[in-house]
Amino acid sequence: MPEYLVRLVQVHESFRKAELQALADVAGVGIEFVKYNQDSPFCIVRLPSDSAAEAVISRSLLSQGIYELWGQGPTYEALHTSIQELSSSKWLKYESTPFRFTLDGFRGTRTQTEQQAIIESFSYLGFNGPIRMRDPDVSFRVFEDYEDKALEPKHLYLGRFVAASGRDAKTAFDLKKRHYISTTSMDAELALLTANIALAATGKLFYDPFMGTGGFPVACAHFGAVVFGSDIDGRSIRGTGGSARKGQVGKKDVGGNFKQYDLESRYLGGFVSDLTNTPLRLLQHSNDSTNGGYLDGIVCDPPYGIREGLKVLGPREKLNVTERATHLDRFKEPTYIPPKRPYSFTAILDDILAFAVATLVENGRLSMWMPTANDEDVELVIPTHPCLEIVSICVQPFNKWSRRLLTYRRLPESEVSPNAPEMAKKEYEKGVKADELNDFRRKYFEGFKEFERLRQEPTPSEEDMMDSKGISGKWRKA
Amino acid sequence: MKLLTLNFLTCAIKTCKTSPASFPLHPRDCELEVVESESVNLPFLKNILPRLMWDELRVIADELGLPALPSTPPTRDDLVEPSSSSTTTISHAQNAGNAAEGQQQAEEKPSQTARDLHRVLLETCIKEGKLVCGNCGHEYKVMEGVANFLLPGHLV
Ligand SMILES: C[S@@+](CC[C@H](N)C(=O)[O-])C[C@H]1O[C@@H](n2cnc3c(N)ncnc32)[C@H](O)[C@@H]1O
Ligand SMILES: [Zn+2]
Repeated sequence: MPEYLVRLVQVHESFRKAELQALADVAGVGIEFVKYNQDSPFCIVRLPSDSAAEAVISRSLLSQGIYELWGQGPTYEALHTSIQELSSSKWLKYESTPFRFTLDGFRGTRTQTEQQAIIESFSYLGFNGPIRMRDPDVSFRVFEDYEDKALEPKHLYLGRFVAASGRDAKTAFDLKKRHYISTTSMDAELALLTANIALAATGKLFYDPFMGTGGFPVACAHFGAVVFGSDIDGRSIRGTGGSARKGQVGKKDVGGNFKQYDLESRYLGGFVSDLTNTPLRLLQHSNDSTNGGYLDGIVCDPPYGIREGLKVLGPREKLNVTERATHLDRFKEPTYIPPKRPYSFTAILDDILAFAVATLVENGRLSMWMPTANDEDVELVIPTHPCLEIVSICVQPFNKWSRRLLTYRRLPESEVSPNAPEMAKKEYEKGVKADELNDFRRKYFEGFKEFERLRQEPTPSEEDMMDSKGISGKWRKA
Repeated sequence: MKLLTLNFLTCAIKTCKTSPASFPLHPRDCELEVVESESVNLPFLKNILPRLMWDELRVIADELGLPALPSTPPTRDDLVEPSSSSTTTISHAQNAGNAAEGQQQAEEKPSQTARDLHRVLLETCIKEGKLVCGNCGHEYKVMEGVANFLLPGHLV
């Protein structure tokens, strides 16, 4: 297989390899990593063909493009030798093609004159076609990789451009331009990245059980999937009724976001429900083939219990006879609000895994975000399930906390270990107050300041947190 | 909510879920709306076809007063206009795998069967109405296209 140079971006480093692998899986092509380093934006892979390379990269968020590798080396001399060895058979093919030749330096720059001289030094390639800076038929690029503040590059590459990445989507889906968002909307780049890692694609069905303003379903629909979602807070789906920004008219709701991006035809709709009392069809026994899984993927950012208050349906304390009678009497009234109670964060993560096992098709994926405190005295526990294999764990570090994107694959029955124990019945934190139920929340209030920077509003008021009806006015209004 | 969603929804009450009568939910007093798509999503129809609970879908279509669905589910081949699928085998052999297959599928033309199924599952929406459990009789309201499955205190 030929070697290709992927020009990565130097952000969200721990997601990059997982993304490339996922995109190769979606495209159904084999990818082999020849050279990859967290600290470098230059990655060398083997892929079967240019068309495979294009299929992989054209959706990628964390790269700029992919190039056929023509040579590499620690010095220009070594680079030229390597080009002779690797690619001299290809030179003639481009003898009279209109072309472009450029230079890209990472952590280093060259003056115009230096660039000119470098490019001239490749004249032995014998490209006699017209130079075209716009729309050339073929495009070559020299890459210089510098150590921080170094004067000379430490490594050089020459590549023939094959395909650009899909990073433009980051701008197209930017929250700043989205009509309907809330304080917990996921950043567009990370939502798109999640969709890639979960293998969202044309023909597939994706679901978000905590959809909020619909950021994940929108991202999955962008990559071709048909999507739906739900949330315990109906107002997040139905929206505010007003316009979110100055100068905008019309209703702002999840459906409106799909309209904004012209993705309406891929949106099945949203409904109001609690994950722990889901109306979705669940696989009753793991070997029930007539009633198998139906979701290709589940993507979500579960409620951490900070601003959005992790709540499930049910009264805080067991209802006595008269209370039951009151609920029974009143529940059909339009003003009736179903009671909700705080819930353990660890428990909801396990509930999500169990839900995924009961709804995903074989090899379907679950990608969910999980925040953790970067505290030495807090043990990092990645939730597991005997029917789910961990595919990748990507970390977005902050100062006092991190969040992780956990991705699982639903194992086909044949791959589930026959003596895997049934999910152990765990003892979760008990209590009626949110703080007693959520370690992360407790740590938060002990003060991770930068957490707030992700959110667009000041610290929640006590009133917000105490609201047991799940109606906290967080959905953004004009 | 588009009608395909009903293929996945049962009663939210835990004790109901195990009873066969809780699926499908029965639409009652529903106001429907057709939102036309520009094109038929053929790859999706092909993929979702084996996951459809066909008999139950027929019940729903009947209860909504829609044209009857055929008594047996179509096959994948039924979804494609016969003349347009002749080159499929060649594309499977190519090593770019799904990338080539995707392009191939884009050239396939949806049959009338596919268009009809698309119309029912992906273009017909419930705007207002109720979804009723066939086992316990609990009613879930649909308002502005959004169904509400939150359970009252005594049913959790
Ligand atoms: C972190 S936010 C997700 C935001 C979403 N990703 C977006 O881009 O807008 C978590 C969501 O979970 C919802 N939620 C909280 N408890 C829930 C439960 N038990 N079942 C379903 N949704 C719940 C909250 O209303 C909130 O909208
Ligand atoms: Zn029921």
